[in-house]
Amino acid sequence: MLAYYFHLGLRSLRRNPALTTLMVMAVGFGVAASMITYSVFRAVSGNPIPDKSAQLFIPQIDGWGPQQNQKGEPAEALTYNDAMALLRAHEAKRQTMLYPVQLAVLPDGKRDLPLNASGYAVGSDFFAMFEVPFRYGGGWSLQDDDARAADVVISGELNQKLFGGANSVGRTIDLGGHDYRVVGVASHWNPRPRFYDLFSTSGFADEPDFYLPFARALDLHMYTGGRNSCRGELSFTNWTDYTQSNCVWITPWVELDTPAEVASYRSFLTHYAAEQQRAGRFNWAPNVRLRDVAQWLDHERVVPPESRISLAVALGFFLICLVNTIGLLLAKFLRRSGEIGVRRALGATRREIYTQYLIEAGTVGLAGGVLGLLLTALGVGGVGVLFPPQIAKLAQLDASLVGLTLAVAIVATVLAAFYPAWRAAHVQPAWQLKSS
Amino acid sequence: MNLPIRPILVALRRHKAGTVLIALQIALTLAIVCNALFIIHARLANLSEASGVDEPNVFVIKNQWAAERPTAQVDAQVQADLLALRQLPAVRDAAPASGYPLQGGGWDNLVTLTPDQTHPITDSAVYTSDEHFIDTLGARLVAGRNFRPDEVMVMGTQQSITPPTVIVTRALADKLFPGGHALGKSFYAMGTTPSTIVGIVDPLHRQGVSQWNKAYAGQALIWPLRADDARGIFYIVRAKPGQLAAAMREAPKALYAQSRMRIIDPKDGVQDYAAIRHKVYDSDRGMAILMGIICAVLLAITAAGIVGLTSFWVGQRRKQIGVRRALGARQRDILAYFLTENFLISAAGVLLGVVLAVAFNLWTVTRFELDRMSLAYVGVGVLVLLLLGQGATFAPALRASRVSPVEATRSV
Repeated sequence: MLAYYFHLGLRSLRRNPALTTLMVMAVGFGVAASMITYSVFRAVSGNPIPDKSAQLFIPQIDGWGPQQNQKGEPAEALTYNDAMALLRAHEAKRQTMLYPVQLAVLPDGKRDLPLNASGYAVGSDFFAMFEVPFRYGGGWSLQDDDARAADVVISGELNQKLFGGANSVGRTIDLGGHDYRVVGVASHWNPRPRFYDLFSTSGFADEPDFYLPFARALDLHMYTGGRNSCRGELSFTNWTDYTQSNCVWITPWVELDTPAEVASYRSFLTHYAAEQQRAGRFNWAPNVRLRDVAQWLDHERVVPPESRISLAVALGFFLICLVNTIGLLLAKFLRRSGEIGVRRALGATRREIYTQYLIEAGTVGLAGGVLGLLLTALGVGGVGVLFPPQIAKLAQLDASLVGLTLAVAIVATVLAAFYPAWRAAHVQPAWQLKSS
Repeated sequence: MNLPIRPILVALRRHKAGTVLIALQIALTLAIVCNALFIIHARLANLSEASGVDEPNVFVIKNQWAAERPTAQVDAQVQADLLALRQLPAVRDAAPASGYPLQGGGWDNLVTLTPDQTHPITDSAVYTSDEHFIDTLGARLVAGRNFRPDEVMVMGTQQSITPPTVIVTRALADKLFPGGHALGKSFYAMGTTPSTIVGIVDPLHRQGVSQWNKAYAGQALIWPLRADDARGIFYIVRAKPGQLAAAMREAPKALYAQSRMRIIDPKDGVQDYAAIRHKVYDSDRGMAILMGIICAVLLAITAAGIVGLTSFWVGQRRKQIGVRRALGARQRDILAYFLTENFLISAAGVLLGVVLAVAFNLWTVTRFELDRMSLAYVGVGVLVLLLLGQGATFAPALRASRVSPVEATRSV
């Protein structure tokens, strides 16, 4: 019977081409607009490290004070002094400091021009904490950190450029005039948003080319290739003065597995800030934060406002399309009051009428969904016109989006049909038969 | 012509669902369209901001150094590079820089009038360059003088150096010294020593265009510093009129001829201002286009919906129309009936829509720190939707008015 109703639905679509076209277009455009903006929103608001986001924390310490901090919030990164203090204290099971560095890969025999490369100075725990996948080799050890080893982990892409994709572990590359031994080649790894560096990036940068030991970078006086934020009077002219300034540029991360560890680390931070106050370095009460990945993404407002606004507007648009569909379905169904009267008189129950019209609405939804799918595919392809390229390329039409588009179109249309179908089911057979 | 409002209202009570749906659709459409128009207008205003740069002739080279060198060596290389660039036949002038207008973000400093002031007066974008900067950008010096070559100082990697002289934009000068006598006055921009204003340019855009920059729009300062950062430098180049393409081709070659220990990215190492502008206003343009498309499709769908429902009503009431016609109603009375009916529904929808539109705007204000929408957009939206309703009703109403009185006699 359901198949027959579906068949009836298809026939009915053809009976009233103008109304049908209108409804299918409304559903199609509505669902496509929502899905295109949703695909972008989904990409920018996703959890970049789902299985560990509740164990990774970013400590913040207010080194600027109530006069100069960010409306009561501590700076989004650490000064050199605070970073070194946290590193030495080693209060977490795993911890890493990090900052972006820009270096040139100097020419070897095959290339005659230097190559631009951007990467991060990180601690040895970085790779395990953030679950960096490796194609060859691995990260370096804690001992290498202490020994300031000239190790480097390179991305698969850089490995392709320099070594043609071969296993390059043990080979040497020249970065900015210093030799580094390749200890690992990462597989493609670029979590988005880049939760671990929201201080220097908006979260959607290209994959880093390399990772080198934090301690080594400091030894070589590598200045940050990313952001640097300072307060008050500045007068530094060399590395030592710069590291002693109040400029923040280092992002810290710690891994804490249990609530007890989190509480203990939080009290350690407060304790540290209080100690700085006693020592006269801070002239204010401890003001520290310990946010996990989700809280940090939220605090840094990583989802661009454009993405939220366009999603809200698109959903409003879809809502209007549905209101429109309710009206048109009402017109379409009640136009057939006579037919319904005959069927009811011949013994059809209200329930059957109800089912038939809901299924008919479902076919409209299906047709709208197919149109919406086409428009979504077009839109996701052309989304580069609407969003900045680094965000636009995140929007993809995958199986889940295809399924969601069709499901949303059908479910929404059937929901919209409840009232019109109810009205149709309550057509009075006697009155209809009398008047026609 | 007296408008039959009471009978219309009575009749509408028999079509509650359809009436409510049309009114609701008009209300929601108004809410979305007003806000979309407002967003479009705001974004287009961003797109047309003046940079102060002679955009058709200026391009920027992002030059990275391959290996770390002492500042003195970097400075020698920068000076040699600039000389080579300025000697190119297609080039009018060239300047070193640590950033450029519409770069998309960059260096900014807080500004105070005394060194120990804790609450800064404002924020200023910071440009560093030499005496060629203003001519190279094509910026307009409206008061005072340009830098002298001997005033230009050297700034190594991550050094905080405050030169005694500074050129500021008119916007920054007016903010610091509202009286209009900024020339010769001095201020502090996070340095231990003051800088004295020797010249004023107008206008010159900041590097950034993001929301937080808006409060400091047009506020920038130029310090006479050659930024000899060991990592890299921007060269701003102004081509002779009409020779931009040639200059953009020659410049990187000239630089590589000076030294090959540098990186100029083949993809985006050399960008003209058309590309710079295109990139920095990406999201503004995208939003304007998206909102435009949504507005257009939305209005079309709402109009079509009104046509659909009104046609249905006309079909339903053919007999009643026939009776009215038989009883002496003229065609124009029937037409007026349907137009008035739509007007009443639309008016109700529009009233609700105004509330929704303002509510949506307030939500974006609190949530995204957007500006408050001026009521003019609501006014325009109301007008558009009322006209749209009347336009969409017209065709079905015309058909209704042509119903023949003879229909009254059929099958009742």
